[in-house]
Amino acid sequence: MLADKDRIFTNIYGRFDKSLQGAIARGCWDGTKGIIDKGRDWIINEMKASGLRGRGGAGFPTGLKWSFMPKQSDGRPSYLVVNADESEPGTCKDRDIMRHDPHTLVEGCLLAGFAMGAVAAYIYVRGEFIREREALQRAIDEAYDARLIGKNNVNGYDFEIYVHHGAGAYICGEETALLESLEGKKGQPRLKPPFPANVGLYGCPTTVNNVESIAVAPTILRRGAAWFSSIGRPNNVGTKLFMLVGHVNTPCVVEEAMGTTFRELVEKHGGGVRGGWDNLLAVIPGGASCPVVKGPDILDAPMDFDGMRELKSSFGTAAMIIMDKSTDIVKAIARLSYFFKHESCGQCTPCREGTGWMWRVMERLVRGEAQKREIDMLLDVTKQIEGHTICALGDAAAWPIQGLIRNFRPEIERRIDEFTRNAHNVQPVLAAAE
Amino acid sequence: MSVRRLAEASVQPASFAFNKANTAAAKKWIAKYPKGRQQSAIIPLLMLAQEQEGWVTKAAIESVCDMLDMPYIRGLEVATFYTQYQLKPVGTRAHIQVCGTTPCMLRGAGELMDVCRSKIHHEQFHTNAAGTLSWEEVECLGACVNAPMVMVFKDTYEDLTPERLAEIIDAFEAGKGASVKPGPQVDRFYSAPAGGFIALKDEKAVLKATRDKQAKAAAKAAEVPPSNAAKPSTDKAETNPSLKAPAKPKPKPAAEAISPAPAFDKKKADQAEPAVEAVKGKQRTRPIPPQGAASAYKAPEMLKGEPIGVAGKVVAKPAKPSLEDKNRPKGIEKPVAVDDLQLISGVGPKNEKILHDLGIFTFAQVAAWKKAEREWVDAYLNFHGRIEREDWTKQAKALAKGGVAEYIRVFGKKPV
Repeated sequence: MLADKDRIFTNIYGRFDKSLQGAIARGCWDGTKGIIDKGRDWIINEMKASGLRGRGGAGFPTGLKWSFMPKQSDGRPSYLVVNADESEPGTCKDRDIMRHDPHTLVEGCLLAGFAMGAVAAYIYVRGEFIREREALQRAIDEAYDARLIGKNNVNGYDFEIYVHHGAGAYICGEETALLESLEGKKGQPRLKPPFPANVGLYGCPTTVNNVESIAVAPTILRRGAAWFSSIGRPNNVGTKLFMLVGHVNTPCVVEEAMGTTFRELVEKHGGGVRGGWDNLLAVIPGGASCPVVKGPDILDAPMDFDGMRELKSSFGTAAMIIMDKSTDIVKAIARLSYFFKHESCGQCTPCREGTGWMWRVMERLVRGEAQKREIDMLLDVTKQIEGHTICALGDAAAWPIQGLIRNFRPEIERRIDEFTRNAHNVQPVLAAAE
Repeated sequence: MSVRRLAEASVQPASFAFNKANTAAAKKWIAKYPKGRQQSAIIPLLMLAQEQEGWVTKAAIESVCDMLDMPYIRGLEVATFYTQYQLKPVGTRAHIQVCGTTPCMLRGAGELMDVCRSKIHHEQFHTNAAGTLSWEEVECLGACVNAPMVMVFKDTYEDLTPERLAEIIDAFEAGKGASVKPGPQVDRFYSAPAGGFIALKDEKAVLKATRDKQAKAAAKAAEVPPSNAAKPSTDKAETNPSLKAPAKPKPKPAAEAISPAPAFDKKKADQAEPAVEAVKGKQRTRPIPPQGAASAYKAPEMLKGEPIGVAGKVVAKPAKPSLEDKNRPKGIEKPVAVDDLQLISGVGPKNEKILHDLGIFTFAQVAAWKKAEREWVDAYLNFHGRIEREDWTKQAKALAKGGVAEYIRVFGKKPV
């Protein structure tokens, strides 16, 4: 288990003092000016050396992303946008960062903003996180009052931080949809290129980062890239907030080293699977858009990007949705299909029509009211949606179904058989002819 | 995507205006964005309007659009796109949003919705008889480790049981919603595991003062010079990479055992294999020849030395053309420099001798042959058209012109 002294989020449960004084006592805002004095290039190189991969799901190296920003301004200001539109089902880590440990994020915004030459940061909080938004705003106000950020601050880099919020659209977690939404429009993703690093918010160079990626940056820069990259295994380094969701005895959020095995995480922090290990049916390892994995396959797999890729799934946001044998697995995935149908923005035809079509077929598969050839047809349709849309929501809607068919095809066929058998039992009611 | 429309005109109020507090808040929001980008504030402003009115009215959308100097259609687009805006009136005392996505579903969101159905209305977005309560199923609200949960106005109520939700609904119905403690409804500290902390048990472990103290202690310990006990002494000869160890002796090739191939023995080779199966009576040694001339047909293997033709007819050999034929190429006396005719593919030592006897000594002679002459030589050498097939003329031309080098240039290979 990760020792407390190696934790980046030292107040993730909100148990200790959440104010600026409390955060400073735990090491936030310690030597921030010294880091800024080392310069932009040093910060970006240190972030690259740390091997931090973006914590929003795709796992793109954060330092590399920062380095895409123009070094010399062409007259347009640069912006940092923090993606706090945490809507992936199963994921609730950024919520805890914002409401309990917000100063890691505020300090991270300043350092990241300095490294990419941004003038301001916009933190896009999802609409439902109202209390979280208030807690974050409180922390920002404290930082302004202590002159840690803002004009003529003690850290020597003028920087503004604004909180913005959405209104309940999952798609706004996609970076270009988020920018559209931040500009006051419908959250429909933009075509790339141009990439946000060239033409982003208000047509200016912009970098969009997940909350956790930004919030871990100050600790990495303070303790050094070598410390961070010594945790975990190569290409998957550092610590990460894991979420244990579903059928474990004690669901929770916990910070652990990358590459910790699934078994250890569930046993130490989740209190074991409900009903024991034999009762484990399946796991969705990284939030709703990742393919489902059979329980026995994941037991001793290291929880990190490469470990999950070997299982033909994806690490995503490390939100493990754990399902025991009482779960109606087809129904669970059908509910996710409904989610994606509900959240499709309606811009690309394959996704707008396909998500609804897949959901309706899935609903019939739940009852078994289908023919077996429709399973292959469904798989074929998921392949036609995947990769044919502007953003990744089409892929995200296709993967859970692909994972279901790959791992639980016998279960679907059993239901179809059962439904077919019972369909013939309906006999006409005999009535006396009088 | 979901289809969302504005409420019917009959329920829409005629006008909308922000109250004093919200006007100030709206100004604060607008100030966050660069000049000319005030459209960005539409989402927060519509949310303020919803907080004030309980739902988003058409008048509110238009009023906000006027404030932000944007076309109404852009405001209507935003209001209908984002699902958090209530476009119809909802319960005045509480609008219960039940999260129904898979993580909550796994932990019993279905039962929570049953409670709502029985206590409020059997369908979502409908108010109860008194108009005080309504409910809806929403997509993931982002409190998955505290599932199942509901959200009422700004607060979430987590780790619910159906009984606890019924109590909460009753409290809101009675107008005492503020008395319900938001957050986990079981004995649990936010998102920490129920039943006690496993990580971050003690704040002391994460305080900067503790870390500094540990770092100081570590620095002090590091002042003691490290011991050399486990280090290899690098002045020893065996650690010097420039000194090479003697190589192992290689085995001599003579030492390898030579087993000669068995010598060919014609007698042994002719001997029959010993009989494997027991044969009764006399063993047959060869095919029995047919007795007498039963038929004119002969099996091919019986045609010993006879030419194989139609019905065993003797095929006459083509006669060798006479040396007096007019097509015989003209010979010359043996010149001083004789060309090596064997360079022409198809000419061996034997044929070269015949050609010399005919008076053919140079490539130029061969290259000059006409068709009739070539045919004559072909017949004379009994060559079956090989001269034409191998194109001696072309070969000889190339060799006459530039020797072997030219031959290679023309044919891409060495003459054989």
